Amino acid sequence: MSEIKKIKNLKEFSTSADRFEGANLLCPGCAHSIIVREVLNATNDDLILAASTGCLEVCTAVYPYTSWDASWIHIGFENGSTAVAGAEAMYKALKTKGRLKQPDRVPKFVAFGGDGATYDIGFQWISGCFERGHNMMYVCLDNEVYANTGGQRSSSTPIGASATTTPAGSVSYGEKKNKKDMVAIMAAHGAPYVAQVAPNKWKDMVAKIQKGFAAEGPVFINAMSACTTEWKFAPEDTIAISDLATDSLVFPLYEIINGTELNITYRPKNIIPVRDYLGAQGRFKHLFKKEYSYLIDEWQTRVDAKWEQLQRREEARV
Amino acid sequence: MADTMELRDIEVWDGNMAAAQALRQVQVDVVAAYPITPSTPIVEGYATYKANGYVDGEFVMVESEHAAMSGCIGAAAAGGRVATATSSQGFALMVETLYSASGMRLPIILNVVNRAIGAPLNVNGDHSDMYMGRDSGWIQLDAYNPQHAYDLNFIAFKVAEDHDVRLPAMVHQDGFMTSHTAQGVHTLTDEAAYGFVGEFQPMNDMLDLDHPVTHGVQTEEDWHFEHKARQQHALMTAVIPKIEAAFAEFEKLSGRKYNLVETHQMEDAEMAVICMGTSVETAMEVVDELRAQGIKAGVVGIRVFRPWPLEQLAEVLKNVKAIGTLDRSSPHGTVGMLYNEIAGTLFNCDTKAVLNNYIYGLGGRDLTKAHVVGIFNDLKANVDAGKLTTPLQQYIGLRGPKLSFF
Repeated sequence: MSEIKKIKNLKEFSTSADRFEGANLLCPGCAHSIIVREVLNATNDDLILAASTGCLEVCTAVYPYTSWDASWIHIGFENGSTAVAGAEAMYKALKTKGRLKQPDRVPKFVAFGGDGATYDIGFQWISGCFERGHNMMYVCLDNEVYANTGGQRSSSTPIGASATTTPAGSVSYGEKKNKKDMVAIMAAHGAPYVAQVAPNKWKDMVAKIQKGFAAEGPVFINAMSACTTEWKFAPEDTIAISDLATDSLVFPLYEIINGTELNITYRPKNIIPVRDYLGAQGRFKHLFKKEYSYLIDEWQTRVDAKWEQLQRREEARV
Repeated sequence: MADTMELRDIEVWDGNMAAAQALRQVQVDVVAAYPITPSTPIVEGYATYKANGYVDGEFVMVESEHAAMSGCIGAAAAGGRVATATSSQGFALMVETLYSASGMRLPIILNVVNRAIGAPLNVNGDHSDMYMGRDSGWIQLDAYNPQHAYDLNFIAFKVAEDHDVRLPAMVHQDGFMTSHTAQGVHTLTDEAAYGFVGEFQPMNDMLDLDHPVTHGVQTEEDWHFEHKARQQHALMTAVIPKIEAAFAEFEKLSGRKYNLVETHQMEDAEMAVICMGTSVETAMEVVDELRAQGIKAGVVGIRVFRPWPLEQLAEVLKNVKAIGTLDRSSPHGTVGMLYNEIAGTLFNCDTKAVLNNYIYGLGGRDLTKAHVVGIFNDLKANVDAGKLTTPLQQYIGLRGPKLSFF
């Protein structure tokens, strides 16, 4: 039986037994490690983990060290999903054949990937895993940029962000395309559970991870991961930036069950302007030039429209 | 529990059916696969056995060959018997993960039904995909007919899964010429076949929940070299003796004898052709006819392509005076692979054979007995002259003006 871990407060969380060690090479202030701890801490069950090439992978499994106290595999940039799906298939085969070493224990299968590995290069692999219905959770650590390789744009990079391959310059405001709606795409696979989470809203996140672990079939979690290095804010401000993201509704928190039932899980008491979120990060600094003020207005319009759409979907139960 | 299948002593199988039956008999735990001509019937076979209760492993029908090998790697790291099949473009798409599989020391069996690689697109058999795999760190075994495709699968599992080896292995057969050509295949009983390969013994398995393992780490200039060197060392030292032992044990079981290097009429041969796949048997027929005319011709077939059986080849070639190397893949910018490998094999030996190179059979073009007779005519001239009398690299069976190089 799946075991739901009860954690009442952050103090208890911080002293909880850890299968992801603090000894890793992630940047100070990196949200990845917060998210990973929150995911792994949501269950006491055994875990079989995978990671795609990216910040998390290169910072946690540098031979002869490992930060993982659970079985973990990395193959390449695009196939973390399929790596864990293969392990899940082997689990099923050995279960059928009565060859599991610990037949009474039911491990959870979880793959982590950045937005590059998820929205771009690994998209096909993830889609395949979800279509086939593996019993696995895929967690996208969405920092909206190829951070591991130095800040190139991905299809998760939002309009107006300056990335190294879409730099802001004298005649450019940076990224020209809006972020791909990966949550909607994954929900459209008919997955039993899809959710967007943020590490600052840890209770919401843990509840969603636990719902995901309880679901039968593939689960997609899009986790906002504020990147001190590429978003350009001070390392101690990760949670403050995350609060701006969720409270401005740039990253609305919601879940979609079976591809149809949408629930908003966090409604900010005071919705703050998108301008405040953008203004706190160096990657959007150039938008505050006079000639680009229209872009900030467009940002606000887009975020408002998305929030409106989410509420309409929630109300209509679609 | 999977049902057993009663086989006749001799079944009429093509190479694909032979390979599929071998995968059934060793009871592969996970097959992750993507269809591609001409290898598709192998994984269709596994799916059909599963649909009818003859296997109880998992068949994961993925969305690309890259995903097929990715899934195989995840499954193998989890700890069980894993196999798949592919050809050509699919093999090319898989290449990144082939290096991962070998670098992670995972015993996966890949049946490669050799096919040309486009452009131009071509579904027929040549060795382009097999050659593409040769630096990937896999063991590569080469079948010349459906019987070999069947037998070499058992050898591949036994060697790859040995804890002293822990390297993936490919079993190659020629697209259509072997894969779709039915012949009599001597079978093993299900019990004998499974008994030969044995129960899978996991090592560093992710599913051993009491002993977590980290697979697929990062190494830079501090450790990468040691990993790769140990992998190469295992390939070059551990694998050949294990293959020889497996061949010997298999001979006891089946009466069929395999060798690292297959030879035909080589004992007193003055000249030899060296080739792979179905061409070996074509060359053997020609040699028998030439022998009837008193011509001292012989054939050397590469059975184990990787690791390259350097010493064994040097031994069988030590007395020949002319060697024709036949490559069924365009070397694109140099001489053929077999020319280079054989030259390298013989360079520090006393053998002073005249060596030349033929590119043949690309995209499934036939190699006829008449072609092979022509090659031996060239070799005879080289023997008589004691030096190269032909261009170093020629094409066999090519339409239009004669092309040659060097």
